[in-house]
Amino acid sequence: MHKILRQTQLSPNVIRLDVEASRIARTRQPGQFVIVRKGEGSERIPLTIADARTDEGSISLVIQAAGKSTRELVALQPGQFIQDMVGPLGRATELIAQGCALCVGGGVGTAVVYPIAQGLHRNGVQVISVIGGRSKPWVIFEPELRRLGEVVVCTDDGSYGRHGFVTDAVKDLLSQRKIDVVYVVGPVPMMRAMAELTRPLKVHTIVSLNPIMVDGTGMCGGCRVSVGNETKFACVDGPEFDGHLVDFDLLSDRLSTYRQIEQQVNARHEEACKIGLNR
Amino acid sequence: MNPRPSLKERIKIERQSMPEQAASDRQRNFKEVNLGFDERLAMLEAQRCIQCKEAKCIAGCPVLVDIPRFINFVAEGNLAAAAHSLLGDNALPAVTGRVCPQETQCEIECVRGRKGAPVAIGYLERFVADWAYQQPNQAPMETAPPTGRKVIVVGSGPAGLTAAGELVRRGHDVTIYEALHKPGGVLVYGIPEFRLPKKIVHDEVERLKQAGVKIECNVVVGKTYTLPELREHFDAVFIANGAGLPVFMNVPGENLKGVYSANEYLTRVNLMEAFAQSDTPVLIGKRVAVLGGGNVAMDAARTAKRLGAEKSMIVYRRGKAEMPARLEEIHHAEQEGIEFEFLVAPVEVVGTPQRWVSGLKCIRMELGEPDASGRRRPVPIKGSEFVIECDVVVVAIGSRANPLLTSTCPELKLNKWGFIEVDDQGMSNLPGIFAGGDIVRGAATVILAMGDGKRAAHAIDDYLKTK
Ligand SMILES: Cc1cc2nc3c(=O)[nH]c(=O)nc-3n(C[C@H](O)[C@H](O)[C@H](O)COP(=O)(O)OP(=O)(O)OC[C@H]3O[C@@H](n4cnc5c(N)ncnc54)[C@H](O)[C@@H]3O)c2cc1C
Ligand SMILES: Cc1cc2nc3c(=O)[nH]c(=O)nc-3n(C[C@H](O)[C@H](O)[C@H](O)COP(=O)(O)OP(=O)(O)OC[C@H]3O[C@@H](n4cnc5c(N)ncnc54)[C@H](O)[C@@H]3O)c2cc1C
Ligand code: SF4
Ligand code: SF4
Ligand code: FES
Repeated sequence: MHKILRQTQLSPNVIRLDVEASRIARTRQPGQFVIVRKGEGSERIPLTIADARTDEGSISLVIQAAGKSTRELVALQPGQFIQDMVGPLGRATELIAQGCALCVGGGVGTAVVYPIAQGLHRNGVQVISVIGGRSKPWVIFEPELRRLGEVVVCTDDGSYGRHGFVTDAVKDLLSQRKIDVVYVVGPVPMMRAMAELTRPLKVHTIVSLNPIMVDGTGMCGGCRVSVGNETKFACVDGPEFDGHLVDFDLLSDRLSTYRQIEQQVNARHEEACKIGLNR
Repeated sequence: MNPRPSLKERIKIERQSMPEQAASDRQRNFKEVNLGFDERLAMLEAQRCIQCKEAKCIAGCPVLVDIPRFINFVAEGNLAAAAHSLLGDNALPAVTGRVCPQETQCEIECVRGRKGAPVAIGYLERFVADWAYQQPNQAPMETAPPTGRKVIVVGSGPAGLTAAGELVRRGHDVTIYEALHKPGGVLVYGIPEFRLPKKIVHDEVERLKQAGVKIECNVVVGKTYTLPELREHFDAVFIANGAGLPVFMNVPGENLKGVYSANEYLTRVNLMEAFAQSDTPVLIGKRVAVLGGGNVAMDAARTAKRLGAEKSMIVYRRGKAEMPARLEEIHHAEQEGIEFEFLVAPVEVVGTPQRWVSGLKCIRMELGEPDASGRRRPVPIKGSEFVIECDVVVVAIGSRANPLLTSTCPELKLNKWGFIEVDDQGMSNLPGIFAGGDIVRGAATVILAMGDGKRAAHAIDDYLKTK
């Protein structure tokens, strides 16, 4: 059982939960994730370890309410519990030891990029973060990232920072500075666009893939992705891969496997909330 | 009580059949298929055992259950004594009685099988075990005084559970680390409820806990803790993490939506309870093709039917006689209307433009020369390709060693397939690190895993005495 210590709303649909998990807090590394199961009957879902505090033995999860499982998690209040949490899973990020790195985050991906930026900063690498959201309230983790280096904020509607997509800002940066590596975490179309942008420039680009997972230990093969025409299990071989080798079509296609079933579940869930049957 | 019938009369008794749920009912539910003997049937069946002086059946059992002894108690109607005898030899008789391949182990050796049918050792074992677990005020497991020695068991499948029980009995402080959120290994995530009710595993786990075994779920050794770390803090480690790495076919179309490994398919249904409308989804195919011919394949095909498939098919590259599944499972699958395509191998999974599975392209095979295993090797017949229409494909063609744990301890000696090498005591090349079950043998059986757990526990006990 893992107790919720704090719950903070970061954007209209993104919540940060600080959760007791001392064992995981001690050993986690940038890029790693946990799989949580809220309670009996809940799904097992993967979430990145956005931050950790060894002093209080907690980790932070930053969760975007997407479907039933994530909505139930963001509704948790301090003092309530997550029943099961396993981790840290996945490989740690390959962090460069010197030079300049671009950390690109879109939406909830910004929280996932944060521990990577932290790790790079610790290594003495110059970190530039480019983060985006649809409008001002959707931009998250800006103050945290500012502590690690320069931050460029982009909003789709121009309500804050630069008007436009993160790709535009990254394009400019790549033409102005010498960048050794780009880390990108965000929606699949954004990661794909970034990989296409850096490919002709031959800038090493690492993306964090988010396929559907079950066990997270390489046992089921549900999380398989194709990288350089080879099948990989994202939970153990990743979740980060060379963006220039990833088959993004396959990833987004497989992510849609349960879309129809999920829509039904969500509809049922909303109905249950309305008539007050909800747990 | 009636006097025992004479030997002559006992020889005449026919093998009692297992009462089971009608195939038409059970096709659509997940309740156990076999209903179990009642006392009358069990006593009748037990009379069939002629109590051989040199009982061949015992040698067929990997853990050497004293078969005539417990069966004799059943014949006498002394179930308490039967239970005591059986449980002394076998830690999980309610499980093995249900899932052992008896027809190739104990029962194949039974002299009564030479003329007619062998004694139904598995059914009797199950009967005695179920009886024992139903008794109120069961005596708790007797444990020796604490030795102060701490042992870690990695994995809570049959190997891990058996070892933990043996070790705690000897007074050691035992903790099991399990990666999933529920203990039991393949017994809970793989083998379906209709063959092995989860309650049986749950009860066994509770019994171990009461005896003092600590079970920590959600701990992945290799991630949460590393093996070298455990070695430092504990006196011995028993690795029983199974062979959880699915093998795929390596054909085009394998990543289409609707292609599952058997591990994923069965985990979604069993562990995550997709059959009971939990939050975990699973695709319900109209026509499901399952590749493989072992127990895993039978379980997947029968699960598909129960989830609502109109057609559920086994696609196997050899013939019926070569299928490694338990006879009873094949028989039950046939009764439930599972269809079989023998001597057929997949060459491609075909899909719709939206990349959903729409069929399995196969090639027909014929049996050629015997291969290394002595079985005739299937060879493709040129030009015989055809497509089996289906919307879900489940791949159940085996599993390999999962490198997650072993890769974090490079000093640990593995064989060329990645399985851990151990000596005849079950110890690896690293002192104090033992291993057993599927991670040593490759995908094998529950009883062999248990046998390994027991042997390693004894070896660990000896090892701790010398240290
Ligand atoms: C390694 C890894 C790390 C992740 N880290 C985070 C994180 O830090 N914060 C966070 O909010 N989310 C993260 N995700 C995504 C998160 O796991 C999914 O959003 C979640 O499983 C959706 O569950 P649901 O029941 O709420 O939504 P569902 O109803 O299951 O799905 C809602 C929508 O999301 C899509 N979806 C389903 N599964 C995933 C998935 N695994 N990834 C992306 N979209 C999915 C569906 O197709 C559907 O359109 C991560 C995923 C992975 C694999
Ligand atoms: C569907 C199916 C049907 C089967 N049917 C039969 C049958 O009818 N009869 C029969 O005799 N055999 C059957 N088998 C085979 C039998 O189940 C296995 O041989 C047996 O379970 C092996 O036991 P084990 O203890 O070695 O490993 P497992 O049962 O595989 O247990 C290993 C456990 O270790 C855990 N683990 C893995 N890695 C780690 C880690 N790094 N840290 C912590 N924990 C970890 C796993 O989650 C798992 O719980 C079947 C197998 C399957 C898959
Ligand atoms: S454990 Fe298995 S092999 Fe041994 S007697 Fe029982 S059923 Fe037969
Ligand atoms: S071989 Fe058969 S008849 Fe003889 S003791 Fe064993 S079970 Fe009984
Ligand atoms: S989630 Fe099961 S293998 Fe990756």
